Amino acid sequence: MGLAKRIIPCLDVDRGRVVKGVKFVEIRDAGDPVEIARRYDLEGADEITFLDITASSDDRETMVHVVEQVASEVFIPLTVGGGIRTLDDVRRMLNAGADKVSINTAAIARPEFVREAAERFGNQCIVVAIDAKAVHTEGETPRWEIFTHGGRRPTGIDAIEWARRMADYGAGEILLTSMDRDGTKRGFDLELTRAISEAVSIPVIASGGVGTLDHLADGVLFGKADAVLAASIFHFAEYTIEQAKRHLQARGIEVRL
Amino acid sequence: MASIAIIDYGMGNLRSVAKALEHVAPQAQVRVTQQRHDILNADRVVFPGQGSIRDCMQELARWDLVDVVKDAARSKPFLGLCLGPQALLEFSEENGGVAGLNVLPGRVVWFGELHDPVSGERLKVPHMGWNQVHQVRPHPLWAGIAQDSRFYFVHSYYLQPADETLVAGRTGYGFDFASAIARDNIFAVQFHPEKSAQAGLRLLANFAEWKP
Repeated sequence: MGLAKRIIPCLDVDRGRVVKGVKFVEIRDAGDPVEIARRYDLEGADEITFLDITASSDDRETMVHVVEQVASEVFIPLTVGGGIRTLDDVRRMLNAGADKVSINTAAIARPEFVREAAERFGNQCIVVAIDAKAVHTEGETPRWEIFTHGGRRPTGIDAIEWARRMADYGAGEILLTSMDRDGTKRGFDLELTRAISEAVSIPVIASGGVGTLDHLADGVLFGKADAVLAASIFHFAEYTIEQAKRHLQARGIEVRL
Repeated sequence: MASIAIIDYGMGNLRSVAKALEHVAPQAQVRVTQQRHDILNADRVVFPGQGSIRDCMQELARWDLVDVVKDAARSKPFLGLCLGPQALLEFSEENGGVAGLNVLPGRVVWFGELHDPVSGERLKVPHMGWNQVHQVRPHPLWAGIAQDSRFYFVHSYYLQPADETLVAGRTGYGFDFASAIARDNIFAVQFHPEKSAQAGLRLLANFAEWKP
């Protein structure tokens, strides 16, 4: 017995509302982040991640209120990502009740930002999100690069080197998304997940591509992920968090039930 | 009306701690404060903390809170959270070695290279996530919390109390370390009860009622 592998549902929030369709049987308002977060908490979610996809900076303040409301009622760790660019953005989210912020584009634009944020607020609350895509062809040694803008823009940065550098700069955790798998329901890129997880000493959250409960278990068993993140399989009530945990347990993975 | 002071010395987000206490003890007056008189006058004191021990000790000194924290730890129900219990000990290895408040005997030690004793696999540091706490002795703050319940942890350094009788709870991560320590009116935990769902809320509720 020991540390449990975590299951983390992820919610996309646009102007204060959860989007991409969340469907629970008993839920009254499918777009209300507080109600959805409360529901995931009851089902046994180990953490909840909010991704702020609001395009306009005027609407960013709305996310602060969402976090404040959720943090008043849901007593598990909360992570907020999307649009975190300055130390002030980090401070506002933490003060609103977030436990961690996830930094992506701003880290690529200026890696020192991660160091500054970790020094100021502590490593434990700085998650670096890495969006990676395979760039090798068949038969070549596997290699992945960092992409931005939803996987459209290459940066030329090697994903493993980047993960090591971010850990070195003080990231407390890495949220790793395979852009090749995201939205495909074909499962995580296990080779990528394992390569990153073995390259760093900090925890790695696997993301991108979950379509079945076996995919979650594979992420832990073969990808060596410390936590697994998924969106659609939970949103559309295909599976509950509890079902996911029972499945992981049946495959020999330690979970919190 | 009972008052609970949460000591704010500029280290981390205390909103969650306050919200969780307000949730479990709606009748209590919960105040996040750096004012000496608030802490001196409070019925109960919560000593939280995040970040590094060097900053923690510097900020306590800068806010002129060292003696009031020590005084509270001697005189009233006192709950240490996360970095709080680390600061209560004599010394921490973090930041090249930092002296603590020396309220309880012991040291704070880095996890270092860790391996699972059974599988041999390398364990990640920080120790982050939900792990079990084995209650090694009965305590009013454990009331209603099942043996080996899971709580949420995030830390890279662990408590090494000099006196085994201080240990109230143990957790396994490569080896067994003290995840809760207690003496008289002090109860201090390495985990975050404010982020530990039902078990954590119960511990906070127990603290709000505790009469040591």
